[in-house]
Parts: sequence; C-alpha cells; structure tokens
Amino acid sequence: MNSFFDTIFTSDFVFSTIRVTTPILFAALGALISNKAGSPNIGLEGIMLMSALGGVVFSAYTGSAFIGLLGAVLVGLISASILAYFTLKLKTDVILGGIAINFFADGGTIFLLYYLTGDKGTSSSLPSKVLPNIDLPIIQNIPVLGDIISGHNILTYVAIILIIGVWYLLNKTATGLRIKSVGENEDAAKSVGVNIMKVRYLAMALSGVFAGLGGAFLSMGYVSWFSRGMSAGRGWIALAAEAMGRGTVLGTTLSSILFGAADALSNTLQLLGIPSELISIIPYLATVIGLLIYAINNTKKRKLKE
Amino acid sequence: MNVEKRFEIVRTFVAVTISLLIGFAIILFASDEPLSTLYYFIISPSTKMRYLGNVVELAIPLIFSGLATSILFQTGLFNLGSEGVFYFSGLLASIIGIKFSLSFIFHPILAILIGSLFGMIVMLLIGFFKAKWNASELVISLMFNSIFFGIGAYILNFYFRDPNVSGVYSFKMNESVFLNKIIPGTRIHTGLIIALLTVFLVYLFLYRTRWGYEIRMTGLNKRFGKYTGMNTTKVILIASILAGAIAGMGGAVEIIGMYDRFKWSALPGLGFDGALIAMLAKNKPKNVIFAALFLAYIRIGADLMARMTDIPSEMVYILQAIIILFISGKKFLEGYKEKSLLKEVKNNE
Repeated sequence: MNSFFDTIFTSDFVFSTIRVTTPILFAALGALISNKAGSPNIGLEGIMLMSALGGVVFSAYTGSAFIGLLGAVLVGLISASILAYFTLKLKTDVILGGIAINFFADGGTIFLLYYLTGDKGTSSSLPSKVLPNIDLPIIQNIPVLGDIISGHNILTYVAIILIIGVWYLLNKTATGLRIKSVGENEDAAKSVGVNIMKVRYLAMALSGVFAGLGGAFLSMGYVSWFSRGMSAGRGWIALAAEAMGRGTVLGTTLSSILFGAADALSNTLQLLGIPSELISIIPYLATVIGLLIYAINNTKKRKLKE
Repeated sequence: MNVEKRFEIVRTFVAVTISLLIGFAIILFASDEPLSTLYYFIISPSTKMRYLGNVVELAIPLIFSGLATSILFQTGLFNLGSEGVFYFSGLLASIIGIKFSLSFIFHPILAILIGSLFGMIVMLLIGFFKAKWNASELVISLMFNSIFFGIGAYILNFYFRDPNVSGVYSFKMNESVFLNKIIPGTRIHTGLIIALLTVFLVYLFLYRTRWGYEIRMTGLNKRFGKYTGMNTTKVILIASILAGAIAGMGGAVEIIGMYDRFKWSALPGLGFDGALIAMLAKNKPKNVIFAALFLAYIRIGADLMARMTDIPSEMVYILQAIIILFISGKKFLEGYKEKSLLKEVKNNE
C-alpha cells in the first residue's frame, strides 16, 4: 500500500493527471456548450476519434503539425455539423444520431486508415507530426510547481485557456446569452427574436471544434500516431463529467480532472504489476460511480423540492 | 395498409438504398476493380450454399441482439449494454463448457441459462439505476461494456487460457456443450431454432400480455403511461431483465454454437449491431429476423469482398451508421409523406 501512495503523491502523478485530463476536458467543454443550447452532442466520442485520424493524415501529407491541428479541428467541425443537420433539421433522435456518428467513426476511421496505410491497427507508417511541448519560462524553474505545470503539450495550455474562454463566452457575451436562453426556454427565446436553429447549429459546431482539439491531442500530443478506437470512451466520460459538473464551467472542469486522475491512476498502477486488464477498467468504473453519485444526489434534491 | 405504415416501409427502403449507393460510391472511388468488388459485396454471398450458410449462422446472434435492443428501445431505453453482455455471457458459457461435463442436452442448457442469468443481472442493474435515479443508461451501459470486457479478459488470461495454443484462447470446451449442426454443408446450429422460438415468445409477450402492452405504451409516450396508472419503474425493470436474458442467451449460444474455444480478443460488436437491427425492424419482433438476415448478408458480402479485393470489410459500419441516421430522421422524406396523405384524403372524398 505504501508504494501505492508513493506513486500518487508525486509531482509526476499530478503532471500525468493534467496530461490525461486534457482530451476529456476538451470534449466535456464541448458537451457543456451544446447542452447549454439544449442540443446535446452524443457523438463526441466518435468525433474525437475521427479528428484524431484527421490530424495524423493532414499533418502527414502536409508535413506541418499546425495544418494537422487545423485538419483535426475541421474534421470535428464538419462531423458535428453533419450531426447537427440530422438532429436539428431532419429531427433524428439526438441519442440515435450520436450513436450513428460513433458507429460511423469506428468503421470509417479503420476503413480510411487501411485505405491509406494498408494497416487496420495504427498509423505508424504515416510520417505524422506532433504538436510541441512547451516549457514555461521562469515557472519551470520553480521546484515541484514547475515539474507539474511546465512542459505540457501546447494543447494542454490551450485547454486551460479555453476553460476561461468558455466561461467568458457563456456568461459575458451576447452569443453566450443566446445559447443559454435557447437551452433554458426555447419559446421565450423565440419570442424575443432569437434564431433557435442558428444558435443550436453554432453550439453543435463549437462542440465539434472542441472535440476536434481533443482528438488532435490524442494523436498528435498524447501519442504520436493514430490507433483504432483510441478515443477509448473519453467522449462518454466527458459527457459524464459535464453532467456531474451540473452545467457549470468550474464543475465540468473539476469532474474532468477527477476522471483524468482515474485515468492517470490506471497508467501508474500498471507499473506496480497489477494485471493490466483489471487496471484498464478503473476510468470506466470511476465514471459509473461518479454518474451514480451525481444521479442519486439529483434525485434527493428533486424530492426535497417536491 | 394505411399511409403511415406504407410510409415507414418506403422510408426504411430509401434509407437502406441511400446507404448502399454510398457504399457503391466508396467502392467506385477506392477500389482498383470496382466491378468485381461490387460483385463480391452484393452477389457472391448468394452464390454458394456455404456462403448462404454463413449468412444464417451470423444472423443467429444478430437476432438475439436485435431482439434485446428492440425491447430496450421500445421502452425508450437507449441501453447498448448487450455488447458487454454478449462478450461476458459467451465467456461464462465457455467456462461451463470447460469445467463441466453433463449428459448431452443439459450441458448446453446450463451454459445458456448461466449466460442469460448474467445478462439479466447486468441489465437489471442498468435499468434500476435509470428507473430509481434517472442515471444515463447510455453512458452507464457503455462503461459497463468496457468494464466487463476488462474483467473478462482478465479471467480468460489468468484462469482459462490454454498455454498450448498461440493467441489468447481458452481451453477446449467439452463436446457435450456444443449445439448440434442442423443443416448439412453449413455450420447452422440449433441456436437458430432457439432464436426463432425466442422471437415468437417475445412477440407473444409484447402483444398478448398486459406487461407487454405496458412496455409498448411506455415507449410510445411516457406521460400517457403514467396518466393511465402504469408504473414506469416496473416497466423499465421488466424490459431490462427480458432484454438482458435474451442478450445473455445470444452470447452463450454464439460461443457454444460456433466455437470450440472462447476466442474473442475484443468486444465482438454483435451487441452493438442490435441497434441497427432494432431500427430496421421498427422494434417489431418478427421484423427482427429479416433485419438480422439483411445485416448478416451484407456483412458476409463485405467479408468476402475484403478477402478477395482491396476494400476492407469495415465499410459496412459506415453504411450501418448512414442507415441509422436516415431511418431515425423524423422529418426525412416528410414531403413525400404529406403528399401521399393528401392523395389519400382526396381519394376518400
């Protein structure tokens, strides 16, 4: 047990938590925006996966990590817009539409990967680029703190900035107010002349961009290749994080970090010789427990109100 | 047949056609020999008895997963847990096959019962979480899939793995557990009869019993159910248990019908396929059979295509997703529906 705590209370573990929280946080912020507009994006998992491949492909064929990132974001934007077209315009059930996007991503990424590389597992034969890690000047020299918050991938810092960005968008801008008004009371928003469709499209598109950033981090930061199914449930975990965060930016961020820590824990425990099959379930178990605690609390509160 | 019903059929047909056309377009674009690729995909499964046998063999687990998912969807539960149940129940069935040796018919029955029991417990849990605390059955069921896969892989690797074969396979099952082959020249097994019987029983349950009626009504309109005094919690739990039993049965039947060892090194995907089948079948038990055969046919076609040409079989998943998107689009082809309604009105005048 000693060695267990030795691994948890280290700057390495905190660093690793921040690192693995990044993709979950991106997706959870995306989920937050689309949920605020009342059009949940259930396709985040699949969109992240497609963007992860998009980043690898674009960067490999252009030789530029930056264009790869743009490509990943573009893939996220387009696939979320397609999903939005189906759910908003054709009134496809939100959940079924999301499920369909995820199936599409599962098969489509393998299909394209095989078509481009002749391999169904990973993109290791593609010369894809990675986004740089950044050493923060001055801070990197501070003991412990420097080890923890310096040297992360650039997208991790982007994610941190976007926490504030999303808060600002939702609370301080006209667009944010419109998004919230559409989600909270559709009819009231309509009566004051808000174009509901447009706002929801925008919110879905934004959530796609966020999932795109998360996907880019997976294949161009976390690791330097694409592998099948690499989003590994993070999109679903992000949905759980958003729910547990009770629709607030701070809450969503904190619950993302919680799930990130569970993920980091499973990475660390692997080193202690516990069977990897059992360790692999930790993030999923944490998500189920988290969701249940949230749901139970919610039910209690509702009952108190009644 | 009324307009509404006819419209649903037309819509399903159009959705399937669009997805197939997209499939053809992908083949034309990506294949060096598009014509022969198309031939393998569409025609070749029907050219040999063995291939047709493959289609039916594959349809067997798909009927179970389609049936389980229809029951859940019908109750308004977006629970994709059949996938994990399929995997783990299959593993449990193989363990029964390895550890026990019973006289002929009792052995497969025990394996299937244990698989079903597991499915019932898992789905009951997910349903309970939903009914009691409104916890998202979609996310929880997907998490459960990964959890059961992890636990199953651990059990397989540490307790039942046969070290004498390459690959992570279990020990050989005792022959007494296997389901008999029923059609010579194919590997079609008695699981087909179990599947068809299950379809019939589910049909009777849904359309001839009070509980079945309540399940159908809850799915149509939750508030209607409540106002007419139905207990939504009870309905959710019954539907979940039933779906779990069927999914678990499916996993067990698949393993003892088609394999001599447990060989799944990843989630088999059969449970997820239930979602498409339920949608194609409009949650109607007898349609599930045809939807399962359809999906099995294009799957086998895709496998043959992948074996003979340069196009990977994963193409089918793209088509599946497109079908789901269009079929569930309530406004898809609405213009056509309105026109035919108008025509009907005019004819009646």
